[in-house]
Amino acid sequence: MKKNVLCLCALLCFSVQQGAMASSDRLRLTGSSTVAPLILEMAKMYEKEHDGVRIDVQTGGSSRGVNDARLGLADIGMASRELKPSEQDLKPYTIAMDGIGIILHRSNPVTALSQRQITAIYKGNIHNWREVGGEDLPITVVNKAEGHSTLELFLKYFSLKNSQIKAHVVIGDNQQGIKTVAGNPGAIGYVSVGTAQYEEGRGTAIKQLPMGGYAATVANVQNGFFPLSRPLNLVVKGEPSPLAMRFIKFAQSDAVHGLIKAQFFVPVGPL
Amino acid sequence: MLNKHIDKPVSVLLMSIAVLCGLILLLVLSFLVKEAWPAINDGAWRSFLVDDAWYPLEGLFGISPMILASLAMTVGAILLALPLGVSSAIFLVFYAPAPVGSVYRLMLNLLAGIPSVIYGLWGLTKLVPLIVQWQAPGVSLLAAILVLTLMILPTVALTSAAALTAVPQELIAGAAALGLTRKSQILLVLIPAAKTGIISGVLLAVARALGETMAVLMVAGNVVQNPTSLFAPVRALTANIALEMAYATGTHRAGLFASGLLLTLLVLLLAWLASRLRSQAQRG
Repeated sequence: MKKNVLCLCALLCFSVQQGAMASSDRLRLTGSSTVAPLILEMAKMYEKEHDGVRIDVQTGGSSRGVNDARLGLADIGMASRELKPSEQDLKPYTIAMDGIGIILHRSNPVTALSQRQITAIYKGNIHNWREVGGEDLPITVVNKAEGHSTLELFLKYFSLKNSQIKAHVVIGDNQQGIKTVAGNPGAIGYVSVGTAQYEEGRGTAIKQLPMGGYAATVANVQNGFFPLSRPLNLVVKGEPSPLAMRFIKFAQSDAVHGLIKAQFFVPVGPL
Repeated sequence: MLNKHIDKPVSVLLMSIAVLCGLILLLVLSFLVKEAWPAINDGAWRSFLVDDAWYPLEGLFGISPMILASLAMTVGAILLALPLGVSSAIFLVFYAPAPVGSVYRLMLNLLAGIPSVIYGLWGLTKLVPLIVQWQAPGVSLLAAILVLTLMILPTVALTSAAALTAVPQELIAGAAALGLTRKSQILLVLIPAAKTGIISGVLLAVARALGETMAVLMVAGNVVQNPTSLFAPVRALTANIALEMAYATGTHRAGLFASGLLLTLLVLLLAWLASRLRSQAQRG
């Protein structure tokens, strides 16, 4: 809720602040709400180390990040996906990886689902776990709300349109997804691998399914084997300002790996 | 004469503060209209009613299932909360021994003060798993109605209690003098006399239920479809805004503002009804 309130405030302030920026020690980042909490932590660290630098972080979705970077409304845009072919005028800097894992209730005996089975379940062609080798239990399909980049990645990977999905529950953030699946033995959902792995480790009643033969682990996302993964990018148009470039280098440095892991994302590069 | 001189600056100050508060409402409304404009001008608003589904990224903007869902939740919650709340109020005012009554009143006040997100969390982790055992997927219109009932029950109970307490003593004395039993006094004299107060409390509760976002978002399932069954997941207008606003751009965003505008107008209508009722009661 707090996040939503912040977003609304950000929207309200947006029009006011638009005029006053572009001084040399101020940096403005907007975009993906997946990336924003991570960048916020990095920005705090960076401000502490560099006196006088002020970094504003606002959310509004990956598309807004791309738009704002393109129009110069933000120094850096945040996008939790790869750039589309129509966005090649921007340059992405990957700061971390995030994987999306399919989660089931822990008590569900199903241990793997093929891509075709998952597609059929989400389209409503398979209604019961019995049909995929599980118990006689109706399937509860958990989907994400429109506009979330997790949904976009999921749809793209399974070549689905959102209107084809027959969802029983639509959720907002990862935590809501995990609580929904943990409370329903017949549920199937998808959330960030890092979050799911953490919750699984804490004993929450969920389990992750492997994808394409690879277990949904942070390690497999990092080495690039896990198929359903996405980069978290900072995007800029043209030549970034010296401060923006310094911040991007900082966000890609080893110094922030602790922050990345603390939010269950995966640092880029060698283990 | 002297009093008037002292009063003047005070009344000017108070008036400007009041005008300022009124202006804020106007500002909010005009902001909503401005942001929603791309979605409602030039007959674009028709797609809200005509489109049969809500897939803003695919250009479909049908919000009628969400309006119906919001109304169904609210009506359901009121149907449960009204008898429970009025009975609590009667117990509180007429039957409860003083110590029990004051503890009960305290509990109702606490219930009214619990943040809605807590109700939502409770609903999602305790109530929904219970409903799942009965009928999947658990998150449903029913779960939303039950959580909303809990949330508005204290409002209904406390306003009804206040209305019952405010009934003139002469009426009670008169009823007693006519030899009416306690039961008949309450049913035939007191409740009709307190009717307006109870109804305006209900309208307040309706406004709260319609505007509730977080708890509903967590337990209702948020699938955009007509509320055809108690066990079907549905999405309320408020939940729709909260779910998608952070990610929406362009007409999608304008569509969300338009649904916010609609919701505001509905709540304003209710507030107006409540105030009309109250002034009618004062005159009558």
